Amino acid sequence: MSLKTILAGSVFAMASFAASMAGATTIGFSQVGSEGDWRPAFSKNMQDTAKDYDVDLKFADAQGKQEEQLRAVRAFIAQGVDAIIIAPVVVTGWDDVLQEAKDADIPVFLVDRDVEVKDKSLYVTRISADFNLEGRLAGAWLAAASKGTCKIVELQGTTGSAPAIERKKGFEAIISQFPAMEIVATQSGDFTTEGGKKVMEAFIKSTNNLDGICASFAHNDNMQLGAIQAMKEAGLKPGQDVLMVSVDYVPAIKDALAKGEANASVELRSAVGGFIYPVVLDYLKNPHELDKWIVIPSDLHTAKD
Amino acid sequence: MVTERKNIDETWLNRLKGSRAIWPLLALAVILIVDGFISPNFYDIRIVEGRLFGNLIDILYRATPTAIVALGMAVVIGTKGIDLSVGSTIAIAGAIIAWRIHAGDSHFAILLMALGAGIACGVWNGFLVAGLGIQPIIATLILMVSGRGIGMLINLFYGGTDPSFESALLQGLSTGHIWLIPTRIIVGLAIFAALWLVLRKTALGLFIEAVGGNAAASSLAGVNARIIIFVAYIVCGLLAACAGVILTADTHTSDPVSVALYIELDAILAVVIGGGSLAGGRIYLGMTVIGALVIQALTTSILISGLPPEYNLIIKALVVVFVLLLQSKNVRALFSKKAARPSP
Repeated sequence: MSLKTILAGSVFAMASFAASMAGATTIGFSQVGSEGDWRPAFSKNMQDTAKDYDVDLKFADAQGKQEEQLRAVRAFIAQGVDAIIIAPVVVTGWDDVLQEAKDADIPVFLVDRDVEVKDKSLYVTRISADFNLEGRLAGAWLAAASKGTCKIVELQGTTGSAPAIERKKGFEAIISQFPAMEIVATQSGDFTTEGGKKVMEAFIKSTNNLDGICASFAHNDNMQLGAIQAMKEAGLKPGQDVLMVSVDYVPAIKDALAKGEANASVELRSAVGGFIYPVVLDYLKNPHELDKWIVIPSDLHTAKD
Repeated sequence: MVTERKNIDETWLNRLKGSRAIWPLLALAVILIVDGFISPNFYDIRIVEGRLFGNLIDILYRATPTAIVALGMAVVIGTKGIDLSVGSTIAIAGAIIAWRIHAGDSHFAILLMALGAGIACGVWNGFLVAGLGIQPIIATLILMVSGRGIGMLINLFYGGTDPSFESALLQGLSTGHIWLIPTRIIVGLAIFAALWLVLRKTALGLFIEAVGGNAAASSLAGVNARIIIFVAYIVCGLLAACAGVILTADTHTSDPVSVALYIELDAILAVVIGGGSLAGGRIYLGMTVIGALVIQALTTSILISGLPPEYNLIIKALVVVFVLLLQSKNVRALFSKKAARPSP
């Protein structure tokens, strides 16, 4: 055990010496995996923008497994990197490895998801988008576009998932400020085009062809794209008869925005290296207490921009 | 009560109770009646954009892909097998459609390619089960877990950033209509009729049920069990690909990660609700379709009910348990015994 510690220590010393010689900052980044469209784009952006900040990025893909991720973080500690960025696979089970990083004087930054640890000082801060803010932004746009009077149908994400819960909460927080805005029907479309289409088909029947409905709010673009198809097949004009607002800003929704079939989409940024690296490098230069959560601002796109 | 009258009643009731068909149909009827209370205009059928339009049509429309997959599943279950890979087959067929449309092939050729992919998936499963003798649940699990990955790899062939597409032919088959009737319902009926002819007007159905009932005995009787099982998986793969064409064209995009997620479970459930036994030896095509309709009627009612989505799966599970209890001979016997026991 002690031999291991000594070995790790000496490796750390040599590595940090080597790093200081090279001049570049060495950062270890443990990514969840490469599922979906957004995460690979996020990984690629982190790798691409590393050069701009003179960062030597050590990238580790955990393939969705926490044990893989713990191994990667311990390897970063042994290598003596200057800082560690973790996009956690799960929220629990982090106390031990974060303590090890703290003992080795390596600051840890969280991106994307959160962790639950007893001692919040084990990590410097979390830098991520805020699902709740995305919901609020969609709600604020809709309140302005409908002048505060709107009956809304909502396509929820996968029941119980963090983005579904927070986007709903944020959206409701805004529309609750307007007495004439209300959600009249809400169902889960499981974040898929297929799900969004099925749910919208049912809404069209249960609301007599969306009679009196002024907007559709979808927790992601894929569901909204399905809803657009369902409405077109029922002879409705999405974007004109009904305001369409959703979250993600995927390529297909850009086309829909251009065609006027969708009205607004809140962007879930994958190009976040430009937000993350400055925070990390600034902290390394001048270590000080940071807020436990630094929110990356969201952006809302319409047909015009 | 007059004895004669009682006898007539009993035979009529017994015949009704003895019929497999009655319980799933009863379940379907109950669900539809409850829907009438939930939503007063539930039974309305209008003509919109040149096709029939209404909740009842929606149930038929949305049940069609599940029913097609379930028919293939019924054939495989008839051999005492199971095919967990139907969802993955759908994902692969869908990915091939989007890929080849981006490559600019003729859409009719693409339709054949997608169906060919389904056959290839069936050949793979059949090879593992009939050729290597691997347990069906394990053999088809391989394609189940890898198939969606294969679909994602196919998406990468053309960049994979935006796999959406337009195709008059494929969307005609999926979301189009002939006269007033949605094409996919006609496609589903045609597949049902073709499968019925193949199974019931040739000896194939008999062979499959013989192999499923007792493989050793049917081998002794001269039936080549391996070839029969092999064919069953190919039929299942082909039908899954048919559903894949409908589902992929429906959403105008290939989404291998989530298209037809858990459809294998719905398909197995449809077979079981239709009275099929996982022990094999029986294929009930018509009842399997009824089973698929029960599942979709339930889904549609949950969607229009306005209940929070947190309840969806619980309600579905409760209704399924209820239907299966109705079908269970033991449970029915328990109740008739109680009814028959003289009160003290």
